[in-house]
Amino acid sequence: MTDVTSDMTSTPKSRELAPARPTWHILLVRPETMTLLLLVAGLVGASILSPFFLDVSYILRSFTLTAEMSIAALVLTLVIISGEIDLSAAANMALSACIFAWGQDAGVPLLLAILIGLGAGLAMGALNAFMSIRMQLPSIIVTIGTLIFFRGLAQVIAGDRSIRVPESFIGINQIMLFGVPLPVVIFVVLAVALGFLLASTSVGRQIYQIGTNQNAALHAGINAKRIKWGLFLLLGFVSAAAGIMAASRLGSVRYDLVLGGELQMVLMAMLGGTYIFGGRGTILGTFLAAWLLVVVSTGMTVANLLPAIQLTVLGILLIVAIIATNFIYARTQR
Amino acid sequence: MFKKSLIAATTALGLMAGPALAEDIDIVFVGKNTGNPYFDSLTQGFVDACDKIACNFEFVAPATAEATSQIPFIEAQIQRGVDVIAISPNSPDALNQVFDSARDQGIIVMTVNGDITGNEEHRDLTILPTDFTKVGADQVEMVGSLIGYEGQIAILSATTEAPDQNFWIEGMNETLANDPKYANMELVATVYGDDQPEKSTTEMEALLANYPDLKGVIAPTTVGIAAAAQVVQSRGISEQVKVTGLGLPSEMRDFIKDGTVEAFQLWSPYNEGWLAAYLAVDLKAGKVANEVGTTFDVPELGTITINENNSINTQSSLTTFNADNIDDFNF
Repeated sequence: MTDVTSDMTSTPKSRELAPARPTWHILLVRPETMTLLLLVAGLVGASILSPFFLDVSYILRSFTLTAEMSIAALVLTLVIISGEIDLSAAANMALSACIFAWGQDAGVPLLLAILIGLGAGLAMGALNAFMSIRMQLPSIIVTIGTLIFFRGLAQVIAGDRSIRVPESFIGINQIMLFGVPLPVVIFVVLAVALGFLLASTSVGRQIYQIGTNQNAALHAGINAKRIKWGLFLLLGFVSAAAGIMAASRLGSVRYDLVLGGELQMVLMAMLGGTYIFGGRGTILGTFLAAWLLVVVSTGMTVANLLPAIQLTVLGILLIVAIIATNFIYARTQR
Repeated sequence: MFKKSLIAATTALGLMAGPALAEDIDIVFVGKNTGNPYFDSLTQGFVDACDKIACNFEFVAPATAEATSQIPFIEAQIQRGVDVIAISPNSPDALNQVFDSARDQGIIVMTVNGDITGNEEHRDLTILPTDFTKVGADQVEMVGSLIGYEGQIAILSATTEAPDQNFWIEGMNETLANDPKYANMELVATVYGDDQPEKSTTEMEALLANYPDLKGVIAPTTVGIAAAAQVVQSRGISEQVKVTGLGLPSEMRDFIKDGTVEAFQLWSPYNEGWLAAYLAVDLKAGKVANEVGTTFDVPELGTITINENNSINTQSSLTTFNADNIDDFNF
């Protein structure tokens, strides 16, 4: 680090070139760095709060409770970076899970019921894409509509009761790979894959360009519609898979599965530094934010803090994160 | 290494003090949600019992009463290594898996004030306030006696999924259909206030608007009956519409005093907490076996029997509260 600074001072002054920013500066103004710092602070704080907290297997087990939502949030991050939003992902999870559970309850073979559930999720993604892209309606309005529609349809299908799934299908969170619950493994693998897609492929660069300036991207020959269609379909499919995973974890499905989860997904993305109007953000940020939320809420729950305190702390955390992200972007844009 | 020596030390300590050391027993009660006065009374029963028999007691609850909201709290108690989890379940089946993992760790899981009907094998025992099979019939008799066994009645319940309320409503429907005594009473609607004061009030007002000839309302939930009574009080129609159901004496006292509500019923949630704490300590100490047919004595409550399905009734029938006795109860 000292080398870099000495280099800079020794370089003759140039009017055309701004001095290269030191590495520490580049790292510090990345919004994920703040998420990481908050995560470390959360780990330390939770460990002080309760002697029972710092136990890897407990933290992993707690992560499985929100793993499904976190998995969908990873794909949602891509959708937000591309300049769109999908608030119907949680309702999609509930409806896909209800269709799956209802199907197998009605005698459809388990594997076929899973495929039907996944297909339903894909269809829901297509509906969002059709209205947002083909009909060019604002995706925030479209997906608020479909959020209510999917949730309502789930209630029509499942009614007010819960639908049981067969014993053999229960317990995805009990399956361990190298001591890590399967949902966590899926989350990590998907994060690595999507992180690679976004950071190291031309599709990833195109997603950023579309989100930054769609007209410029179109003039540059990027097929924005096709990429956005792909993202909506992917989110629909992954949400359905996440919903069916939740059914396996809980052993039963109700229409109010992950009720309100869409807000938590958007918050994960924003807490990880994704810019709500598109063009900026990373999978790493959402990945860290998912862990941050689990660490903070688990730490407070195991310390037997009352929910009122927990909500207050979470609220403060989010406000701080959003102000910091905006501040960092404002600085880097100068 | 340190952990091992710690375990050795605790074991040695345990051996010296004998297995019945009550300080060792940690009981946690997981409520349905926070801010529910009913559970304050139940919790007080635990607290008072633990003052006498020196168990450690803590109360936790999620912010909302939806089906899966209690899961992180149970996971946390498993991690804390408590001895007994008492819980008023928010769902009859979504908690099965987490109950199983708690019991795998040797934790006694008892449902209190409501059971996971149909999934009893996932908990150790249940402590119910009273004989739930009689609640529906008792409530129909209550409203019948208030309206002269004639006219339209409606039910204002909690959530559509609430297992106890649904069981009682089933009992009410059966009683109304089968007992000729109630042949002139007609159940016109069953509505759900979700145990929220605002929604319960809206549903009650909708009932009055839709059924102008309504004679009686049964609200088998403390939030619902208070909201219904409030509507009747503010409209001044206590002569036309009789509100009854299950309510807390502390919340209903004013309505009884000013005649808005003539009578309602309930049990004592305080007794459930008191009983649960005594039983938890006795079970852990090995003084009582969790087997059907076992009887044991609890101070103030007398002899209690473990019935079929490992279920326990704290009291044998509902208590009716009216202007004559309301001042005797302070929960």
